[in-house]
Amino acid sequence: MKSWLKDESQTRSTFIWRDLVCFYRVQMASSFARILSSKRKVGILSLVGAGSLTVGFFLNREQHVNAGAHVRRIYPASAEYPDLRKHNNCMASHLTPAVYAKLCDKTTPNGYTLDLAIQTGVDNPGHPFIKTVGMVAGDEESYEVFADIFNSVIKERHNGYDPCNMKHPTDLDSSKIRGGQFDVKYVLSSRVRTGRSIRGLSLPPACTRAERREVERVVIDALAGLKGDLAGKYYSLTLMNEQEQQQLIDDHFLFDKPVSPLLTCAGMARDWPDARGIWHNNEKTFLVWVNEEDHTRVISMEKGGNMKRVFERFCKGLQEVERLIQEKGWEFMWNEHLGYILTCPSNLGTGLRAGVHVTLPRLSKDPRFPKILDNLRLQKRGTGGVDTAAVGNTFDISNLDRLGQSEVQLVQTVIDGVNYLIECEKKLERGQDIKIPAPISQFK
Amino acid sequence: MPFGNSHNQLKMKFSSEQEYPDLSKHNNHMAKVLTPALYEKLRSKQTPSGFTLDDVIQTGVDNPGHPFIMTVGCVAGDEETYEVFKELLDPIIQDRHGGYKPTDKHKTDLNPSNLKGGDDLDANYVLSSRVRTGRSICGFCLPPHCSRGERRAVEKLSVEALGALTGDLKGKYYALKNMTEAEQQQLIDDHFLFDKPVSPLLLASGMARDWPDARGIWHNDNKTFLVWVNEEDHLRVISMQKGGNMKEVFNRFCTGLTKIEELFKNKGHAFMWNEHLGYVLTCPSNLGTGLRAGVHVKLPNLSKYRQFEEILKRLRLQKRGTGGVDTAAVGGVFDISNADRLGFSEVELVQMVVDGVKLLIVMEKRLEKGQAVEDLMPAQK
Repeated sequence: MKSWLKDESQTRSTFIWRDLVCFYRVQMASSFARILSSKRKVGILSLVGAGSLTVGFFLNREQHVNAGAHVRRIYPASAEYPDLRKHNNCMASHLTPAVYAKLCDKTTPNGYTLDLAIQTGVDNPGHPFIKTVGMVAGDEESYEVFADIFNSVIKERHNGYDPCNMKHPTDLDSSKIRGGQFDVKYVLSSRVRTGRSIRGLSLPPACTRAERREVERVVIDALAGLKGDLAGKYYSLTLMNEQEQQQLIDDHFLFDKPVSPLLTCAGMARDWPDARGIWHNNEKTFLVWVNEEDHTRVISMEKGGNMKRVFERFCKGLQEVERLIQEKGWEFMWNEHLGYILTCPSNLGTGLRAGVHVTLPRLSKDPRFPKILDNLRLQKRGTGGVDTAAVGNTFDISNLDRLGQSEVQLVQTVIDGVNYLIECEKKLERGQDIKIPAPISQFK
Repeated sequence: MPFGNSHNQLKMKFSSEQEYPDLSKHNNHMAKVLTPALYEKLRSKQTPSGFTLDDVIQTGVDNPGHPFIMTVGCVAGDEETYEVFKELLDPIIQDRHGGYKPTDKHKTDLNPSNLKGGDDLDANYVLSSRVRTGRSICGFCLPPHCSRGERRAVEKLSVEALGALTGDLKGKYYALKNMTEAEQQQLIDDHFLFDKPVSPLLLASGMARDWPDARGIWHNDNKTFLVWVNEEDHLRVISMQKGGNMKEVFNRFCTGLTKIEELFKNKGHAFMWNEHLGYVLTCPSNLGTGLRAGVHVKLPNLSKYRQFEEILKRLRLQKRGTGGVDTAAVGGVFDISNADRLGFSEVELVQMVVDGVKLLIVMEKRLEKGQAVEDLMPAQK
């Protein structure tokens, strides 16, 4: 095996030989990845823990990098290099012809390629409100095989975080949160969301119909095991009746086929609405989206300002779901450098966005508002989400960062920040002046 | 997806039942023909360039139906698609093209002197006349599957070939990504500019990837002969002018096409063609001639006549809105064109349009005067 690896990296063998070797290696590497999530190996997983999983992946790295199945290429890399001159996204900023040439013949064990990963960034030069990432992962191994481009993009997007030598802290202990009950005169609702991917199955841009259906099966099987205030029900997009659909729309729970070209160009909307659905608890405070932009999106929310309770439920629900899938021999995609692995590099680490809908009529008109938000490491969006502008005086305020700080740290940042904003608003109400706070340091 | 079918290996680890698409709410040609057994048989296959069954059907899976027409629901990624997946595509072709059998032969006739009449459609009713077709260049993958390098090579070759046209066909190429604002506005005003597809039918098959790289418009100085490069097909060739002189439009069409074919041959590239399917294009609906000859015609009275649809059906014509296939008619003005593409030659199809539109105008004039038209009902062609 080792000598084949050496050959592979040195020469481009004849078509037939390479095809046979690659086919075999694809089978081998894929079954290795499957063993990690195989039900039979559950005992070994719990014994050795996360550490050796990382080692396992490291051992496999050589194989992944060379595990190219046959890539049809008639033209040299220079003829295939995309025209990015009018582009302004993270991928375009870092994908030089040299990096492209280095990576364009590689594939992950599942067969995902660089061109697939960057297609969304090639097709979408820019966005009016934000600098988009411009690339996605098709599977967990994408972040490794295409590390040369992903790491630069991650560094830019996550304020200099370097996956090569930094570690990401995961902390879902909600008891550490201080405060977190906002003044409801200003805060209308509180929400925390993240995503989770099921290890061993490809991500939404690349998954086959069977894989997507398997994600659905694994997740709803686990969710069915939730009890107490977390007990709930699954609504499949293909099977839902008119009434259920209307109720979900009224609750603002229903997600629809993506229209954003950022998502459709990445192939995430294929086979819609097959294997997509929404699960929520009976109290409508804990919600899981299945197979939308990620395998799962997990949302805890309620009206009013009790962020602490929202986060408590969030952590409890997440930990329960993780326990339930592990019982069946599955686990979430995670590693100590990138934290939780999700489709879009912008969501790596915690994948967490904790936010409020808050009314700030005076502060929002103050010219110092953007700078205050910036220093508090917060971002504003319209109440319709990332692609909208704010209407009136109500804003969606949430954490800017995702990677390099833990969940507890980020939620605390939002709590402290929103409290500060409310104080500013109150001061302006009383005719007092406000101060721009000192910038918070990143990477605590 | 381009660049090999390494992905297909992943799918093969799952059973055919697990991968089979849910087509229960679907109404397109692909959904009518595909069965679990057929899917199982074909799913391990790929063309030499790596186009797979799932690539062929993705657009049909993603788009269950269309409000105005029965869509095909599949595309070809290269010339060999029609061979490798013939068990799926032959029945679809048969259903879509009026019973055309796998053993039938298609005749090509681009001799404009074989067209009878057509130079005198009443310009009080016919606002404009147009003939379009498509051509694919052998050796290159089609728009759903081509790589950036291939698409650029198609553009380069096309620009060189078109650059050699002379006389009233002499013209200029406008690359979409290099166009100035002034050029863009002029092309919009001339109704020549095509934009990035918005139809989910096209987007789902991957044809809009890398837009606007290697896409462009060529037209002659007289603005009567137009070629689109790398939109839905390698080339779309259009001859058009205001008024009702379809004969002149068809003349220029045939002359231009023949010249272009010759220029490509001189560069060592033939057009994709075979005696069974005629000209090979991305969508199975455009096989054969790939020809749509049509007019924009005023039929405010006839269009309200209860037998309008039936008349069109018998004349082997179809109606569209003046905005194209995805639009409805506005103000009594319709786009009337041939319904067929395969199994009839170019001359035969244009003849049907010429003769059919003549009859429609006669009927329209009768109805204007409040006279009956039942005696004019045509027989089924």
